[in-house]
Amino acid sequence: MIIVSNLHKSFGPKAVLKGVNLKIYDGESLVILGPSGCGKSVLLKHIIGLMKPDSGQVLIDGEDVTMFDQKKMDALRMRMGMLFQSAALFDSLNVEQNVAFGLRRHTRLSNRAIHHIVSEKLEMVGLPGTNYLMPSELSGGMRKRVGLARAIAMEPEIILYDEPTTGLDPIMTSAIDELHLSLKERLGVTSIVVTHDMNSAFRVCDRVALHFGGQIVEIGTREDMINSPNPMVQQFIRGEAQGPMTQL
Amino acid sequence: MNLIRDYAGKFIDSMGRMSILFMQTLYWTFHNLKSGKFDFKNLIEQMSRIGVDSLLMVVITGVSTGAVLVVQIGYQFAQMGAQSYVGGVVSLAMARELAPILTAIVVAGRVGSSIAAEIGTMKITEQIDALETLATNPVDYLVVPRFWGCTIMLFMLTVFTNVVGMIGGSIVAVYQIGLTFTSFVDSILYMLLIQDLMGGLVKASIFGAIIAVIGCYKGFSTVGGAEGVGKSTTDAVVVSIMMILAVNYFLTVGINNFNVAYLQ
Repeated sequence: MIIVSNLHKSFGPKAVLKGVNLKIYDGESLVILGPSGCGKSVLLKHIIGLMKPDSGQVLIDGEDVTMFDQKKMDALRMRMGMLFQSAALFDSLNVEQNVAFGLRRHTRLSNRAIHHIVSEKLEMVGLPGTNYLMPSELSGGMRKRVGLARAIAMEPEIILYDEPTTGLDPIMTSAIDELHLSLKERLGVTSIVVTHDMNSAFRVCDRVALHFGGQIVEIGTREDMINSPNPMVQQFIRGEAQGPMTQL
Repeated sequence: MNLIRDYAGKFIDSMGRMSILFMQTLYWTFHNLKSGKFDFKNLIEQMSRIGVDSLLMVVITGVSTGAVLVVQIGYQFAQMGAQSYVGGVVSLAMARELAPILTAIVVAGRVGSSIAAEIGTMKITEQIDALETLATNPVDYLVVPRFWGCTIMLFMLTVFTNVVGMIGGSIVAVYQIGLTFTSFVDSILYMLLIQDLMGGLVKASIFGAIIAVIGCYKGFSTVGGAEGVGKSTTDAVVVSIMMILAVNYFLTVGINNFNVAYLQ
């Protein structure tokens, strides 16, 4: 289980996280919604230890990751995968080398076994046969899918998705959602998804959290959110320009 | 007054961070050597890139410097009847000072800027974060091969600058000043000592380390978008050259003292 407890983070005078509290259960798919620039990606980066909080804790299986040294953090990261908003593919490496990066550095698998795994993951994300293309030869959507293949290459227990469907067409968005659901079903993966895409969010979520003003203002199942009396939730779900989120 | 204090504060802060990066580089080097995980493939790739990127400019710089030195010194010495010392004086100037400094400046412009641009772009496109999520330390993966690549290649490129500088000098000495090739070479062999060459090569290696650390540091501290990368790239070159010139004085004094104390 992942527990985020009273997490605070500021960048200069700007407070981005103001006491975030969150529980993510094993095997659960939690979607975090919120307007652009509210700190959703910052929250994800705290969970995987890319940022240190000003105060507060992130507990994974009872251990506070904010206090981990490099060795313990690396061991934890081997159990996690992250898909970045910009895909963050390594420009100087081809698709196969990108997807195989973790496998080559942290396993003793043969080249043939690694090639087989890479090809399997590329097929899963709908990009078979792209092994030897360079990132500069890929479209934005393809880059994102290669990023996802890299995130799942080591078969992680926890996957963090930072806007996984932004820039994808509706068919590919559904394909990524289905992949997400099949990973959850097949491997019992715990997922935390940051997105703006309401359709995708409701398709993959077990629970949804609304992040606004540096805090989680509402959390619940899809039905809880749809029926929520909270005007912020209603404004966000309906995508209304006027409402409490835009008045603050 | 406040402005000076701000600049001094930033300078001390940057120097501290660069020192930490240097120490981390040494830590990861020894850690990887000890655990047998040193990435020699990546090191060789970097060495070949640094060498290939800089070779043509180093050749032009070396030949031109050697030739110009012979022209400047040759006529003056000829008037004093000291033509037989031209080769020796030129080789000493090249080996002790000009070859390491000029090679380092060329490499700082060519390689230091490319290191800062590459790492800076990786920083702003979240590739450095991606490395960390793949349980890979960015200093280990990015800095260690570039640091040793620059250090080793500056040594080798400076040897090359010395050689092509002497070739350029000898051509001018023979065809323009009217010296014989034998007297030019004899003069070099008479005056140039191995410690002169080694002193220059040690300096060059240290300059290589400085270029790599500053290039990587500027890359890692990139903020913003394309403008930030441009600023880091320019800063990397300017700071590297200033640092090379400043450190050169102390290295020269140190090497001279060492030579006087132990080798003469």
